[in-house]
Amino acid sequence: MTTARIDARFAALRAEGRAAFIPYVMAGDPDYATSLTILKGLPGAGADLIELGFPFSDPMAEGPPIQRAALRALSKGMTLTKTLQMVAEFRETDQDTPIVLMGYANPLVTRGFATFARDAAAAGADGLIVVDIPPEEADPLADALEAQGLSLLLLSTPTSDDARLKVIQRRTSGFAYYVSVAGVTGVKEANAQAVAPAVERVRKASGLPVAVGFGIRTPERAAEIARVADGAVVGSALVDEVAEAVDMNEDVTLRVLSKVESLAKAVRSARLASAGTGNAARA
Amino acid sequence: MTPRNPAPTPNDYAAYPDASGRFGDYGGRYVPETLMPLVHELDAAYAAAKADEGFRAELAGYLKHYVGRPSPLYFAARLTAHFGGAKIYLKREELNHTGSHKINNCMGQILLAMRMGKTRIIAETGAGQHGVATATVCARFGLPCVVYMGAVDVERQKPNVFRMNLLGAEVRPVTAGSATLKDAMNEALRDWVTNVHDTYYLIGTAAGMHPYPAMVRDFQSVIGVEAREQIMEMEGRLPDAVVACVGGGSNAIGLFHPFLNDEGVRLYGVEAAGEGMDTERHAAAINGGRPGVLHGNMTYLLQDQEGQITEAHSISAGLDYPGIGPEHAWLHDVGRATYLTATDLESLEAFKLCAELEGILPAIESAHALARLGDVAKEVGKDGIVVLNLSGRGDKDVATVAAHLGMQI
Repeated sequence: MTTARIDARFAALRAEGRAAFIPYVMAGDPDYATSLTILKGLPGAGADLIELGFPFSDPMAEGPPIQRAALRALSKGMTLTKTLQMVAEFRETDQDTPIVLMGYANPLVTRGFATFARDAAAAGADGLIVVDIPPEEADPLADALEAQGLSLLLLSTPTSDDARLKVIQRRTSGFAYYVSVAGVTGVKEANAQAVAPAVERVRKASGLPVAVGFGIRTPERAAEIARVADGAVVGSALVDEVAEAVDMNEDVTLRVLSKVESLAKAVRSARLASAGTGNAARA
Repeated sequence: MTPRNPAPTPNDYAAYPDASGRFGDYGGRYVPETLMPLVHELDAAYAAAKADEGFRAELAGYLKHYVGRPSPLYFAARLTAHFGGAKIYLKREELNHTGSHKINNCMGQILLAMRMGKTRIIAETGAGQHGVATATVCARFGLPCVVYMGAVDVERQKPNVFRMNLLGAEVRPVTAGSATLKDAMNEALRDWVTNVHDTYYLIGTAAGMHPYPAMVRDFQSVIGVEAREQIMEMEGRLPDAVVACVGGGSNAIGLFHPFLNDEGVRLYGVEAAGEGMDTERHAAAINGGRPGVLHGNMTYLLQDQEGQITEAHSISAGLDYPGIGPEHAWLHDVGRATYLTATDLESLEAFKLCAELEGILPAIESAHALARLGDVAKEVGKDGIVVLNLSGRGDKDVATVAAHLGMQI
């Protein structure tokens, strides 16, 4: 089970022979209006897919940048309901760029998995990443999402052995997300040499395109990852732009989108060295 | 939610959690994938240790000679006369080394950590009692120790911070979020996820991801096992009720668990009502919260309509947590245990009463249980017996108590 938009986007990228650039932004950071403007500007700045965070008060796997982004958003009254509203507003002007929501379990538990899945599908979201729902706890959520044609993306990490990769991929669709460092977001740096064989393992286990996240901050690193994976996710470096722009009283949207442009350019210029392997694994 | 476990038959309350770490709908393993292999490793290592007579004997030896167990069960004659109801016994956990029940669990977990070959210990602490107990066992066994503590708590529990430093532990103040116990736990989890190769996370309460709630309960069950034997020896029968304060709930579940299948024994937990249950400033997850997911488990939580965790408030830093252990959540739902509340002011009164009548300064946490003791003693009646867990000593709280009484020391 997977969404048409995610599949179509990765098929198009395969045809182009390049990896996806996937920016992560926190919904409602620094406020709803600015965040919506940023979201709408992402495809034009080179985003192939978008990860949209919904804030949680206790984000246990985030480093300081995304923790602070969540607090900024919450302090302006951001909620899961408003996050879905933001997706719906985005869809008024963009029907093609997939949006994957990312956050923590409790706001979803509060809403109820079935209600959330229905509302998220209606808003035009395509997939969901929940940091604190591992495969062992995933079935009720995966069933609810599947019923609405939404993808659940369970994370693979450096501590996932081959047996776990199989368990993870059983309930994963859309694309596979490899967390390149054992740690929180935005602190350790990914190492492309170490990531390459891991990406291969995940590809083999999943038969899906593999995006890499946690630990990519610069265009250089994004390009390196784009040579070995099917997508590169950048999050903390972008929310840091929000924080700095707010601090310096600069145009937040401009700062974030120009950073996205430079990252997207780097990803586009990198050749997808392992495209053949990826296609073979998917075939 | 569909119940994952069938309704318990009267005599198998003690059979939980199931293999997936569930007490009914509660518990589970809601952790990032990076930690999941470690959680499985811990589960297997603990199961093996639990079944190993050598491990149990080693732990019992340290509990006897280092911690000072068994702790006495003491007949509190003057409290009994004061309330005019049931006979009141105090389980004297405050007499343990380091001054609270926390060391029971720390001793068990540090032996397990060493058995697993871990070389670095991390912990979270609120009041500092668990931090001190963890720093103590780390000093005893020569392991480096990092304790995460909310910056607000560091400020209000300075003597315990100094104690931890004296014991060789590094205390890292946490400024994220509300800078209290829940944030310290977030930060400890972030450390663990970053240092998975060598680090053991020594959780201080019967909450968090499976197997912690079951493991911490098992290590604390020595309280109830002893109390059961002691009351049989002294009174020739089981008590009519047992009472304990509940934050995360480790001292309470340690007392309750050996009595779960004795249906004649009523179980009372007392949550912190802070400034009152009619205000938002309390820490009573069961009485004032609803089920959700935080720190690895499904349980009752203080939270807003959107599922954001709200801040807990209590005069007691050790009860100042927005959640509760999953086994308590389940015992509440199935009606086996009753969860009452006590406010800051009621607890201060009980603190003074215990000091004046029995010559014992109780921890302000334990004073919450003492605050409901009169009600329970009356309900049980003159011919009855009540056992209260005096989970910690109150020396650490004298500054707080003085401040609330408007005195300077």
